[in-house]
Amino acid sequence: MAEQVAMAGIQRLWRIATLVLIFALGAWAWASGLLPTMADLWDDIVYLGRQHIILVAISGGLAIAVGIPLGILLTRPGMQRYSNIALQFLNIGATIPTLAVLALSMSILGIGDTPAIFGLFVLTLLPIVSNTLAGIRAVPRHLIEAATGMGLSRGQILWQVELPNALFVIYAGIRTALAVNVGTVPLAFLIGGGGLGELIFSGIALNEFGMMLAGAIPTALLAIMVDFLMSQMQLWTIPRGVNPLR
Amino acid sequence: MIRLENVTKVFPGAAMPSVDHVSMEVPEGEICVLLGPSGCGKTTTMKMVNRLIEPSSGKIFIDGKDTTDHDAVQLRRTLGYVIQQIGLFPNKTIVDNICIVPDILGWDRAKSRARAAELLQMVALDPGIYLNRYPKELSGGQQQRIGVLRAIAADPPVLLMDEPFGAIDPINREIIQDEFLKMQATMKKTIMFVSHDIDEAVKMADRIAIFNEGRLVQYDTPDNLLAHPKNRFVSDFVGSDRTLKRLQLLKVTDAMMHDPPSVRADDTLAAAAALMEENGHSSIVMVGPNGRVRGFVDLRTARETKGKVGENHETLPTTIKTDENLRTAVSTMFRHDVTWLACVDDDRVFKGYVTLRGITHLLGEAHRDG
Ligand SMILES: Nc1ncnc2c1ncn2[C@@H]1O[C@H](COP(=O)(O)OP(=O)(O)O)[C@@H](O)[C@H]1O
Ligand SMILES: [Mg+2]
Repeated sequence: MAEQVAMAGIQRLWRIATLVLIFALGAWAWASGLLPTMADLWDDIVYLGRQHIILVAISGGLAIAVGIPLGILLTRPGMQRYSNIALQFLNIGATIPTLAVLALSMSILGIGDTPAIFGLFVLTLLPIVSNTLAGIRAVPRHLIEAATGMGLSRGQILWQVELPNALFVIYAGIRTALAVNVGTVPLAFLIGGGGLGELIFSGIALNEFGMMLAGAIPTALLAIMVDFLMSQMQLWTIPRGVNPLR
Repeated sequence: MIRLENVTKVFPGAAMPSVDHVSMEVPEGEICVLLGPSGCGKTTTMKMVNRLIEPSSGKIFIDGKDTTDHDAVQLRRTLGYVIQQIGLFPNKTIVDNICIVPDILGWDRAKSRARAAELLQMVALDPGIYLNRYPKELSGGQQQRIGVLRAIAADPPVLLMDEPFGAIDPINREIIQDEFLKMQATMKKTIMFVSHDIDEAVKMADRIAIFNEGRLVQYDTPDNLLAHPKNRFVSDFVGSDRTLKRLQLLKVTDAMMHDPPSVRADDTLAAAAALMEENGHSSIVMVGPNGRVRGFVDLRTARETKGKVGENHETLPTTIKTDENLRTAVSTMFRHDVTWLACVDDDRVFKGYVTLRGITHLLGEAHRDG
């Protein structure tokens, strides 16, 4: 209870601080002539922003579509041995630097969208699989036993007991994964993937501060938006009985 | 009816069997309590009935049919199951928890929801308030009740209950036990009930199966078990106060002197004295025209006084109903400092009397039998 109150307090402070920061930045940006620069680049921002979103959607969507079933598969009885190996593999995978993953992806698949999507997919997959695995494993034994004892089939237990009770943890994995994804897409530019990274890295290379911000600010906004969307889904789609947010 | 034939379970890698050649039968409509210290194999025995654990050898029959004849999942849907940890699904509302088996059996939704409401009323929980709550919003005792309702929702003929009231505080446990016994009086399910608590077993059981180290040591009615423990293990387990526990099991009628002589208000004291002497009693009850208890006269008064009973009787300090248990009878005697009680039915009609000596005699008789 006290924890929740403290959390709410921190969240409010955070929101106010963000608003103040945005206002200060905006004022400063206008005064220093950055905003007009950004306005000039509006067409590029829209075009690259769309590319950016498509990269996120495809790689993230694929990672969710593969990661959750894979996580579930690894919790099935008889998969114990593989799941431990897989978990170790995932943990090692998580320690490889993001840029290295993209570089490896490029060295296998060449330059372009495909290696970018593949690299992003791999990076996004890890938290989703490990959270799905952890979430289902954390469902109390006696719930499974009660369900089995009452005559639910394996499939019914998965859909009616294991997944709903693991949902919050799975969502948390997806949230982390998408945050990583959105934040990593700019790097995809380095292997020919397009997206807002083009403005950021060009801005740095040309020493044009305005251009860099024209890439960075929409990227940050996108990340905040995606996270907000996920938090809303988490809030409304998880049953109240197992939803710590409600 | 549940029948176990030579059922044995040796877990892989275990040196000793956890359940060792157990044969027993739970008759239809009865509660059989599996009782014994922790680790003696009660839960394992029960889980072999619904095949959560497969026996190493031996057979189990339900209503004469071998449980291995059919799919385990189908079998379990016909056996209600309650566990100590309750195991309500936190993601489902109370009504969805109760209706889980009806739902997987494909019952009509309206029918199952109506039944859920009916069941809630049986345990004095308002359906309007509780149906759409989540388990975490209920107290432990309420959750435990829902756990039982969930097991009987699809009306299975057999119930398996593994320490179902074990996690509740003693006061609530008593209430839930009473509630459950009341339900069972109409449900008449065949029940296998695991407990490690002798008092609970004596209260709930039609039969008690005492286990020790995987073996069935004694399978008997509670009264027989308390009166004639088969060996040292059983008598130690049931405790040194087993005689007091038996009092709770026996009814006033068991120790009552039936159809005793009585007198009426217009009988003479001389006749009363003669009646007492004839029967060897030291007092006699006076009844009204419809046989209701009015008072009593003792032998000395009857001998030393002349006149009618009606003018010389004393009032009874208390009476006891024939369907009370003997423990209540004895404590009533102690409380009123008397050695006998007039027994009456619900209409206060005189039925007989119990004496302290009669009760002692009854208990002793059973002991000597063994
Ligand atoms: N799944 C299992 N694997 C190995 N040994 C078990 C298993 N379940 C129970 N046992 C052992 O079997 C014995 C009986 O256990 P159990 O039936 O749970 O006892 P009770 O319910 O009477 O306390 C214990 O010694 C326990 O350690
Ligand atoms: Mg047990």
